[in-house]
Amino acid sequence: MTADDGRRRDDAAAPGHDVPTGSDGGQPSPAGGGSVQPVLADEGTTSVPEPEPRPKADATAEVAVINKPTAIGFVAPALGLIGVFMMFPAVWALYLGLTNYRVTGTAAREPEFVGTDNFTRALEDPLFTSSLWITLIFMAFSGVVGQMGLGFTLAWLFRRWRGWTRRTIEVLVIMSWIIPGSVVAFLWRAFLDGEGGTLNSLIPGDVTTEWLLRQPLLAIIVFNIWRGTAFAMLLFDAALNTLPPSHLETAKVSGASTWQTLRDIVFPAVRGHMLTTALLVSMWTFNLFTPFLLTGGGPNYQTEVLAIYVYRVGFGQGDFGFGSAVSAVMLVINLIIALVYFRVLRDRRKKS
Amino acid sequence: MTTVQTPAPPRTDSARFVRAALGRIGRYVFTGFVIVFFALPVIWLVTAPFDRAPALRLSVPEFTLQNFQTLLDNPYALRSLWNSVLISITTMVIVLVLAALASYALSRVRVPGRDVLLYSLLLLSSIVTGTAAMVPTFVLITELRLIDTHLAVVLVMAGGLLPAAIFILKDFMDNTPKSYEESARVYGASSLQVLRHVVVPIARPGLATIAVWSVVQVWGNFLVPFILLRSPDNFPAAVVMFTFYTEGGQPNLALISAFSLLFSIPVVLLYLFVNRRYGFRFYGGIKR
Repeated sequence: MTADDGRRRDDAAAPGHDVPTGSDGGQPSPAGGGSVQPVLADEGTTSVPEPEPRPKADATAEVAVINKPTAIGFVAPALGLIGVFMMFPAVWALYLGLTNYRVTGTAAREPEFVGTDNFTRALEDPLFTSSLWITLIFMAFSGVVGQMGLGFTLAWLFRRWRGWTRRTIEVLVIMSWIIPGSVVAFLWRAFLDGEGGTLNSLIPGDVTTEWLLRQPLLAIIVFNIWRGTAFAMLLFDAALNTLPPSHLETAKVSGASTWQTLRDIVFPAVRGHMLTTALLVSMWTFNLFTPFLLTGGGPNYQTEVLAIYVYRVGFGQGDFGFGSAVSAVMLVINLIIALVYFRVLRDRRKKS
Repeated sequence: MTTVQTPAPPRTDSARFVRAALGRIGRYVFTGFVIVFFALPVIWLVTAPFDRAPALRLSVPEFTLQNFQTLLDNPYALRSLWNSVLISITTMVIVLVLAALASYALSRVRVPGRDVLLYSLLLLSSIVTGTAAMVPTFVLITELRLIDTHLAVVLVMAGGLLPAAIFILKDFMDNTPKSYEESARVYGASSLQVLRHVVVPIARPGLATIAVWSVVQVWGNFLVPFILLRSPDNFPAAVVMFTFYTEGGQPNLALISAFSLLFSIPVVLLYLFVNRRYGFRFYGGIKR
C-alpha cells in the first residue's frame, strides 16, 4: 500500500522538478577532492571546519530520482548481510550467555538455560577481573597516554618542518600502522627476542633478557604505541593546521613559554579532536586481539586482555556459554564508550 | 598553580640563549629517538629476506634470493597469498556493490528515521567488533555449515565493514549533483541504470576509497579467518605465517622473512597509490 502511494507521488513529482534542480546544479561541488572532507567530518575526526548544513530545499527533489520500493530493494541486501552476520551474533551472545552451551557433550546438543550463572561466574573468576584490569591498563597507557601523547608531540614538533626528517618520520610511523598485524607481531617478536633480538644486541653488555617473558605487559604496551601512533599523529596534525597562525605568533611575541602556549591556546582549540581521538583509540585498543600474536596472553595470563580471555574460554576450553557471557560484557562496555563518543560528536556538531 | 594570565618572568639574554639551545638539543635527541624507535623493528623486513642466513638480529645481508626460492617451494605460502587475494577481492566487491546501492537509495530517498537508521548502524558497527562477537559468530557459522569456507570469512567481514562503508559513501552521494539523474530518469532510465551510468562515474573517488579501505581491512585481518577456518589449505596469509616452523620447532626465518615482505608489499603499494591520488590524511580518518 505504501509502495503504490510512493510511486504515484513519484510520478507526480517528477515533471515538476525540473525547475528546482537548477538551483541545486548551480553550486556543483567537484566530485573529486571536494567530497573528501565530509567523510572525515562525519567521523568527527577532522579538523576541517565542518561543512554548512546543506539546504533542505532538495527534500522533495530527492523523491524524483528513485521511488520507495526500489530504494527498499537497494537497501535490503546490505541490511540483510549486516543483520545476519553482525547484529544477530551480538543479540545471540546475550542469549547464549544465559546457557551452558558447549562444543561437545550433552550441553552441546541440548544447552540448558542457566540464568545469570555465567555472569556471576565471570565476576568470581579472578582471571576475569585481572583480565579486565589488564585491558584497562593496556587501553590507558598504550592508547590514550602513549598513542595520543606521542601522536600529539610529533604533530606539534613537526608542524613547521617540511624537510626530510618530517617526511621520514611520517612514512615510518604510517608504515608501522599499515603493515599487516601478523607481520608486525613477528617483527616485534624478533626485535624483543632474548638470545638473538636486535634490542638486546643494542644494549651494551651481554644482555639476554626475554622481554616478552620478563616485562610482558610493558612489551605489548610499547608495541601498541609503535603500532597505532599514526592515527593520532595524522589527526592532530590536521587539527593543528586549523589553528590561526596569528594566535601562535601573538603568544610567541608576548613571551609565553611553550607550555603556556599549549595550555592557553592550543589545547582549548583542539579539545574536540582530543576527545574524539581518545574515544576512538580507546574503543580500538579495548577490542584489540593482536597481543595474542605476541604473547598468546601469557606468561601466566599477564597479558591476557579481554579479547584473549574470550578466546581462551570460548575456544580453548570450548565453553561457548561462558565465552558468550564475557562477549556480552565486552559488547556492553563497547556500547558505553560508543554512546559517550556519539554524545560528544553531537554536541560538537550542534556547536559548529 | 599559576593563573592563565601570568606573564613570563623576565629573563636575562644568556638564560634565554641556554634555554633555546637546550630546547633545540632536546628536540634533536627526541627526533633521533623517534626515528630509531619506529625504524628498528621494521628494517628487518627489508634486510632479512635477502640474507643468506637470516637471523632474528638485524645484520647487513649477504645478498641472496634463495629465501624466495624457499617460499616458492613451500606448498602453503603462495596458496595462502592467493587465498588472501581471493578473500579480500570478494569481500571488497560485495561491500562496494551493496554499499553503493544502499547509500545511493538512502541519499536520495527521504523517509522518516533514515538518519536514525544510519547512525544506529554506525554505532552498532563500532560496538559489535569481531573480537567481542567471536564466539556467537563462530556458533552461527557452524550452524550454517560454513565452517572452513572462504565464504564464511567473506560474509562475516562484509557484514562488519558495510555499515561504515554505507555511512561514508552516503556522504559522497549527498555531494553529487542530482540534475543529471533527473534528466536520465525523465528519459526513462531505471534507477539501477541511473546508478550505474550516472552516479557511479561521479562518485568514483568515494568508491575507490571504500575499495582500498576494505581490501586493507580484510588483507590484514587475523582473527576472523583464524577462528572460522580449519585446514591449512584455506588459510590466508595472515594466519599461515604462524605455521612456518622448522622441524626443530624454531621459526623458519628464511621462509617467514620472504613471506612477510611479499605479504606487506600490496598494502604498502595501496598506501602509495592513495597517498598520491588523494593524500593520506583523509585516508587516515577512516582506518579502523
